[in-house]
Amino acid sequence: MELILFYIAAAVALFATVFALTRSNAAHALIYLIVSLLAVAVIFFLLGAPFAAALEILVYAGAIMVLFVFVIMMLNLGEEGQERERQRMHPAVWVVPALLSTILLVEMVVLLTKFDGPQTGALITAKQVGMSLYGPYVLAVEIASMLLLAGLVGAYHVGRRFRSNDSDEQSIAKPTPESREVNN
Amino acid sequence: MEGLIIPLNHVLIVAALLFATGLAGLMFRRNVIFILMSLEVMLNSAGLAFVAAGAAWAQADGQVIFMLILAVAAAEVSVGLGLVLQVQKRFKTLDMDHAQKLNG
Repeated sequence: MELILFYIAAAVALFATVFALTRSNAAHALIYLIVSLLAVAVIFFLLGAPFAAALEILVYAGAIMVLFVFVIMMLNLGEEGQERERQRMHPAVWVVPALLSTILLVEMVVLLTKFDGPQTGALITAKQVGMSLYGPYVLAVEIASMLLLAGLVGAYHVGRRFRSNDSDEQSIAKPTPESREVNN
Repeated sequence: MEGLIIPLNHVLIVAALLFATGLAGLMFRRNVIFILMSLEVMLNSAGLAFVAAGAAWAQADGQVIFMLILAVAAAEVSVGLGLVLQVQKRFKTLDMDHAQKLNG
């Protein structure tokens, strides 16, 4: 009976993901993606992983999606971009990729239905996760911190070049008084 | 609350479905923002598989790996979105078909 909750959450996650990846408007797709992530958080909760569910909402649906929203707002994609996306959505474009990934999916599902696996149902608290994270996995935490630092530096570098290019072009477009004198 | 008794197979099938959806999206979308979204979906489905396996064996390791996947996704998306801004600036479009040559 309670299993129905799981199947409902799984169906919501799947449909929201399919809708998210087939929209032509990026902002609408983002809302569907957030719904999908929330549904996956519900599945985590049902699996007995409340800490992972909280992290899914905080980090994925919160922080990462906000990054997407900011970038979509900065780019200010107009109607013509949406129109081009709509034209690219005709069947000839998506039939072959969909077929290939469906083949892989069927293989995976056949394998998974053959193996008679265990059942979930154990509750794993945040305390257990923390003990494991700062016990045997402390090296992985250090590596993750280095990865995040590299991501921070990389994002800053790419963003900085973005801004300095911008100012270069402005200085070319509107010559400064000194360069105008030189030109004259 | 205690976790529900869910067969591990079913959770893994849901993770496989999400992964296949993300893979198809990665292949047929040409807009770089949608490509990044597909990558997020694929990473998320991998995290779902890890958490489900951790719940099945009553070990915390699954959630630890999920947190590491979260860190990877955050780093990847921050650099990726920075590159999106560069692509938009340089090519005036987000279509990846216009950004195929390495030299820009």
